[in-house]
Amino acid sequence: MKHRVFTSIVVLLLVTGLAAAQAKKWTPPRMADGHPDLQGFWTNSTYTPLERPRNVNKEFYTKEEALEVEKKAAEQEGEQTVPGTIADVHYDFTQFGLDRSQSTHALNLRTSLIADPPDGRLPPLTPEGQKRAAERAEAAKLVGRWDSAQSNDLDDRCIIFLGAGPPMLPAGYNSNYQIVQTPGYVMILFELAHDVRIIPLDGRPHVQRNIGQWTGDSRGHWEGDALVIETTNFNGKNPLRGSSENMRVVERFTRVDADTIQYKFTVEDESTWTRPWTADLPLKKTVGLLFEHACHEGNYGLYNTLVGARLEEKRAAEEAAKKGK
Amino acid sequence: MKKLSVSLCVLVSVYLSIPAPAAAQTYRAPRTADGKPNLNGIWQALNEAYWDVEGHAAAPGRVLALGAADAVPPGVGVVEGGGIPYLPEAAAKKKQNFENRLTLDPEIKCYLAGVPRATYMPQPFQIIQSPQHIMMIHQYARAVRTIYMTNHTEAPADSWMGWSNGHWEGETLVVDTTGFNDKTWFDRAGNFHSDQLHVVERFTATGPDHLNYEVTIEDPQVFSRPWKMSMPLYRRKEKNAQVLEFRCVEFAEELMYGHLKKQPTK
Repeated sequence: MKHRVFTSIVVLLLVTGLAAAQAKKWTPPRMADGHPDLQGFWTNSTYTPLERPRNVNKEFYTKEEALEVEKKAAEQEGEQTVPGTIADVHYDFTQFGLDRSQSTHALNLRTSLIADPPDGRLPPLTPEGQKRAAERAEAAKLVGRWDSAQSNDLDDRCIIFLGAGPPMLPAGYNSNYQIVQTPGYVMILFELAHDVRIIPLDGRPHVQRNIGQWTGDSRGHWEGDALVIETTNFNGKNPLRGSSENMRVVERFTRVDADTIQYKFTVEDESTWTRPWTADLPLKKTVGLLFEHACHEGNYGLYNTLVGARLEEKRAAEEAAKKGK
Repeated sequence: MKKLSVSLCVLVSVYLSIPAPAAAQTYRAPRTADGKPNLNGIWQALNEAYWDVEGHAAAPGRVLALGAADAVPPGVGVVEGGGIPYLPEAAAKKKQNFENRLTLDPEIKCYLAGVPRATYMPQPFQIIQSPQHIMMIHQYARAVRTIYMTNHTEAPADSWMGWSNGHWEGETLVVDTTGFNDKTWFDRAGNFHSDQLHVVERFTATGPDHLNYEVTIEDPQVFSRPWKMSMPLYRRKEKNAQVLEFRCVEFAEELMYGHLKKQPTK
């Protein structure tokens, strides 16, 4: 009898617990076709690193720890522009609101964006991946960053920024996105260099394999309330942490509350990593609108650094000639 | 009586056989969920306006090495009522632009095409339509226009693609764009504008696969009066039609920065 009472209490607790959980379950606004409405302006700005720092050995911080880590990171970011340091020739991050602490961002308790492997770090490279990494490092040694436009970083050349994705990883600043849905398509606009992804949802096959693109070729479908986007056909010219053009990315967008889309992605590339890896980061609702970032059109930075580098070489050559005399 | 009915019959049949000019305007486009004409799709102009919006005969190209491959195909022009009404000084500048088009045309540097040039580049663009925002995504240079359908605001600053507010007038999407810089052209022939440019575009479906595209250009610093262009836009019908990447910055880098390369040490 006693046992029976205990059991019914447990059952009761389970049932009420379940009911409470269901009551809490948030239902997303929906489009006319019944799929969740993911539209609006979002940001994935964060201080959380892709890989777990070596001195951290847990998956999650407490809220207090996370706030402390953010505070330190924000201070470091601010120091980039302390007068007298080399970096102070760049933007004043705090003055122009480019530091992440001044912009909307989700508080992420994760110690790394990578959620799998469980150690929060990229999986080991395959022998092929190691060979490619070594070759790339060797090739990079032969070229100076300021030797030509082409030897500069892709973002300095205004060709593509990290946040464009896929996978969409947070950029240093302006990690802002706009999602627009229409029957058969989802569009994701990333603010930096007006990078736009148009994702067909009609089940069509990928374009032929020889069509390699910087942002690959994306196809989407709904799995329940999750938008799933699969991307292949990368051109291999903007490797993600050593990836090859064989990379395949699967992203999942799930709207979990009014202000948050859970964004999870899995990267597979058998010619680079020994296993797939998965990252988990929230997209937080932010205020629009997005303004045109005509990066290439206003790229005085690239021109000036090249002019400066040639001038320095000329000076160095003149100095050397003087000494030679 | 019989005579009358016969002539009535003739009259009616004559009337019916006249291709009614109104027919194109009475086409009713399929609707989106919010009841507006559905302009979603991948569209492209099919004319020679990207070379020269004005009527022009075939002409040699800009690059000697390309021979006939770069030659200008002839076009009847898309400007209504003859030529573009340049003010005298502006006409001189247009001539200069044309003469120096190989170095001055922003397309050669992969710069954003501006409006309306982006619409009739020889590459497709896609319309992604929602009640609040109509997005126009151009394959050339991945240019993006956001047409704000609700909550109209003034341009916060000048830009290449301008700041667009839109509204519906029956079957027609009307887009009012201002906030331009003075750096874009209308075509490869050096037709240009100032930062006072004001563009009003009208997109009207005339059938399931055609839009009528009508543009009014106003710029008192450059033109003596507003003027108009019009052309059809065609739906890309391939079942696998897709706007692909034409990320052309890298194709222009050697031209733009090649002279600043590190020289091999002698």
